[in-house]
Amino acid sequence: MHNLFLFIRRYFNFIVLLLLQGFSIYLLAHYNSYHNALASNFMNEITGKVNTQFNKVDYFFQLRKTNEALVQYNAQLRNRLNENFEKQDTSTKMVMENILNDTTGRQRKWLYLPTKVVSNSISAQNNFIVLQRGSAQQLKKDAGVVDLNNGVVGIVTDVSENFAVVMSLLHKDSKISVKLKKGGEVGQVIWDGKDPNRLSLIDIRKSARVAKGDTVYSSGFTTTFPYGLMVGTIEEVMQDKSTNNYIIHLKSSANFYNLQHVFAIENLQRQEVDQLLKNANNKVNN
Amino acid sequence: MLRFGLLILVQVFVLDRIHLHFMVTPYIYFLFILWMPFEGNRAVQMIIAFALGFTLDSFRHHPGFHASACVLIAYLRPFLINLLISQEGAENNYRAPSAKSLGGFIPYLVYAGMLTLVHHGWLFFLEAVQFGNFWYFIVKTVFSTAISLLLIIIVELLFSRKQQFRTNTV
Repeated sequence: MHNLFLFIRRYFNFIVLLLLQGFSIYLLAHYNSYHNALASNFMNEITGKVNTQFNKVDYFFQLRKTNEALVQYNAQLRNRLNENFEKQDTSTKMVMENILNDTTGRQRKWLYLPTKVVSNSISAQNNFIVLQRGSAQQLKKDAGVVDLNNGVVGIVTDVSENFAVVMSLLHKDSKISVKLKKGGEVGQVIWDGKDPNRLSLIDIRKSARVAKGDTVYSSGFTTTFPYGLMVGTIEEVMQDKSTNNYIIHLKSSANFYNLQHVFAIENLQRQEVDQLLKNANNKVNN
Repeated sequence: MLRFGLLILVQVFVLDRIHLHFMVTPYIYFLFILWMPFEGNRAVQMIIAFALGFTLDSFRHHPGFHASACVLIAYLRPFLINLLISQEGAENNYRAPSAKSLGGFIPYLVYAGMLTLVHHGWLFFLEAVQFGNFWYFIVKTVFSTAISLLLIIIVELLFSRKQQFRTNTV
């Protein structure tokens, strides 16, 4: 008995080594059962919390990439929307030869192009936005520009090779054809140059039923914007005593203060429509 | 304790994300074991080493590997110190192993190098037993040891620990 104690004392460290090694290797070998154990859950909680804290930092540095990925993905999804396709009249389909036709007889009309805002002003009377996309990246003049939530931002007025200038809604010449969601009345949205994010809606007759909070969206009557893009919500309705129209103030749905990514919407049928209008005008003038 | 946490965090959030050629990942967290004081109960030191390894294993969700390797080097450490220490009574004058207390940079390098080699060797041996492929294991051990050692030297140069004298007899 005495010898046994002597042995243990002499080799105590070695025994501890063997015990700890044995335990480690037991954990290794019984990897799967460890995962069901309480200790594993406890450790996972702790490491999970630490990891979460560090992920906050990590995520912050990844934000740029994440953002870009999301914008790309959004564009992809938007391009798949049904509204971007137009059904062709079958009788004309026999006559027309159009590569853009797909087999179901649909034709793409609107193409969303994701772009980055390089500069943006809101404080001037005539505000412009510069986009990091130009004619070399298939952006064309007169394309509509919307923000990530499909709120109208402006219209492309100038295109260089790699950049484009957008006339923002906050511009005195900006005029967008819109529709009231409730009644369907058509009006124009302008900016009075006072307060960013606050637009004016004109040409709405007093017979129309308008209320605070009503949605106003693009009419689709121009070749610039598709039908149904949100422009803003009604904030204030005033009677204009001198005319038969309302004076309506809108809260714009796009936030002009923090535009970072926007979509330019290309109308693929614009040329055709424009040509048609030009021919019609020529005939009238002659 | 602070050193314990800091080394684990650096290992988990910085070094574990590095995968060099051959899937070599440098390890420096076991510097904690290398820097443990001369004195103290060896069994307790081994248990602390086990805790260190187990903590790291918990972050990798596969317990056993590092715990085992850490316990092994904690056990072997005193033997190596006895072999390397040249100054008479240095163990009594200094608190923990360093280039100064082991009498020069070369002995310290040998000390760190041997323990790193043993640690990595045992660690990758356990991995190799699990996953096979022993040739790869040898290559990985050699490369990892070299890179870890390089990092240890850098850490040693950057963060000079205060030499704590226990007596002033030298």
